[in-house]
Amino acid sequence: MRILKGAALIAAFTAAVPAWAETITVEAGEGAQERLQEALILAAPGDEIVLGAGRFALSDGLSLDVDNVTLRGAGTDESVLDFTGQQDAGEGLLVTSDNVTLRDFAVENPKGDGIKSKGADNIVYHKIRVTWTGGPLSTNGAYGIYPVESTGVLVDSSMVSGASDAGIYVGQSRDITVRGSLVQYNVAGIEIENSRNALVEGNLATHNTGGILVFDLPGLPVMGGGDVKVVGNLVTTNDTANFAPPGNIVGGVKRGTGILVMANENVLIDGNLLDTNDTAQIMVVAYTLPFTDERYNPYPRGVVVGENLYQNGGSNPDLEGGKELAEAFGGALPAVMWDGLGDGQTPALLVMAGTPGWSVNLPRQGADPAEGTPGPLDVPAPAGPILDGHVGAPEELLARIAE
Amino acid sequence: MKPRAFLLLAALALGGAAALGASGPATVDQGTITGDALPGALSEFGFFADPAGQVPVSGVIPYRLNTPLYSDGAEKLRFVYVPPGRQARSNGDGLIDFPVGTALIKTFKFNGRLVETRVMLHRADGWLALPYRWNEAQSDAQLALAGARMPVATPDGGQFSYRIPNKNQCKECHSVDGKVIPIGPKARNLAGDWLVDMAATGRLDTVPEGSDAMPLWEARGETDVAASARAYLDANCAHCHRPGATASNSGLDLRWEQDDPHSYGVFKRPVAAGRGAGGLEFSIVPGDPEHSILLYRMNSAEPGVAMPELGKAIVDKDGVAIVRQWIGEMQQ
Repeated sequence: MRILKGAALIAAFTAAVPAWAETITVEAGEGAQERLQEALILAAPGDEIVLGAGRFALSDGLSLDVDNVTLRGAGTDESVLDFTGQQDAGEGLLVTSDNVTLRDFAVENPKGDGIKSKGADNIVYHKIRVTWTGGPLSTNGAYGIYPVESTGVLVDSSMVSGASDAGIYVGQSRDITVRGSLVQYNVAGIEIENSRNALVEGNLATHNTGGILVFDLPGLPVMGGGDVKVVGNLVTTNDTANFAPPGNIVGGVKRGTGILVMANENVLIDGNLLDTNDTAQIMVVAYTLPFTDERYNPYPRGVVVGENLYQNGGSNPDLEGGKELAEAFGGALPAVMWDGLGDGQTPALLVMAGTPGWSVNLPRQGADPAEGTPGPLDVPAPAGPILDGHVGAPEELLARIAE
Repeated sequence: MKPRAFLLLAALALGGAAALGASGPATVDQGTITGDALPGALSEFGFFADPAGQVPVSGVIPYRLNTPLYSDGAEKLRFVYVPPGRQARSNGDGLIDFPVGTALIKTFKFNGRLVETRVMLHRADGWLALPYRWNEAQSDAQLALAGARMPVATPDGGQFSYRIPNKNQCKECHSVDGKVIPIGPKARNLAGDWLVDMAATGRLDTVPEGSDAMPLWEARGETDVAASARAYLDANCAHCHRPGATASNSGLDLRWEQDDPHSYGVFKRPVAAGRGAGGLEFSIVPGDPEHSILLYRMNSAEPGVAMPELGKAIVDKDGVAIVRQWIGEMQQ
């Protein structure tokens, strides 16, 4: 009986943490590049790699390709991976394995993206900071936190500033939660692209060009973005001029955009506070460019604008003839802007009664905005709740960082 | 056995032993290839009779690629070892299917000095890629798991910082659908004569259909420009820019066999290029190389812009020239 009990205990213990799991500490200082990279390579599943306090001066990108590893620093101001002198690789840290937890450290001045996780299922970013210290510059890297082609993504209590595309960008993925994070001075604060089942909740997006973007684009391996909830966020004063390098799709985002939905299916925007976004607090549009991908639906379908709080927006729109438009609407554009396009089958946009809005009334997908005939917003109200099943990252990911 | 034949064999064996020392003819250590360890030194494999001269032991066969991967101008020496009694299988014009126990070996040389040797080992659980850094004495190379940097002189008297990739970076290029695979030895990019020899010695089951189809790089001025450019992109870019590989999310597919122009970049918009797009709208604009992102990124050595992302400190002027010509001659 006793023996059995012991065996059961051991079994329970090994299920949580392999008996051979180790903690490997890496300190900043001479040879940090090789010492840290070697630790990342030689880690075994279950291991925790601990970054000491200090500044790790790195000459090349780092990468992790071992499942079930935690990389933990001493805090977002204490453990800094400094890529100012980076000479190689397209990102600071690349993760290509599953069940990885990244927490409590910072990445500064990567030459390309900050932290990219590709095909890395069930990844957690917790208390991560990515900063381009020179402020918003077009020479900064594109994405700060960049999970792509993954199932199970949690980004929590993190901070990104200075990204020349999106601060937190989740692409071609599913089962995603981005919450409790601060994104500022990026072109896009948070962007969910070609992804399904995503929850963007309780974030602060400020001083970006656009605060929170939900995009679906043609021509990608993973298509059909939708089922996205954007709830309980504070999206305020996104007033930074667009500094994306030309040629990028976010280069078209207007300064002063709060929440922007382009194409996509089933998006809920509810319970957010939208403040002083001077082009549009909320903008819902079709894809703007020509395309050839037959799989692609360029129109928004079933975008629901629920009960949000709006204040002080639309008074300085970054639109052609914006000043005159704002004057025509009495000094400021209404909170919700729609381009007027839908696929003619599913309602593009449903808005809570009483929400101020306007439509550009574009004649067709890809039309020049000058061809629009602006008028009041005339769309149905949502008939019932949408997306009331589980949306977001799997519970296991939330449990991993519950303290 | 006839006495004369026996004597001849004995003489050969003795001669070999005399040349190689008392321990007998050097052979590859099969157990080191297929074992679990990460061998600390290249010499443990026994690939070379004369390491400094890169003279292989018997069974380690040199080969070349018609159109090679550019690596900062390094001279590259390639070898393959197929274990005795095993046979590689042809797989159309694609990657030859090498048996467990195979080793692919590539040495990088600058200015007559050995800098690095990369090995790909086919173990029971899949391929493993490891980088080895040569010592000052050029007598052996040590495992460089975490990679390394070293100064290398250029022919024009300059110097650059050469990067030995770390083990994970090996996988970044050598990976499809999460599995490590070789890149180079595709039948279409291997010499016909060499494949005939491999088949004749029993190391390869048969000479594959469609082999030797990619043009010789040094003959690029005399052959079809499109074929040369597409061969270059296949050998230099397509290990990442293809479905299932590291750059799959870009949607750009630069494999030789991809015949949809949009997929290989014609009027394809960037996805996550960031400033790598250089202010340009499309990967390839037919007839207009200077407005093509593909060429812009090939022509840069700046991290965050440069393609390839890894293993590139120096722009390949010849590669840029052929791709520029190809895009320039495309129908607008």
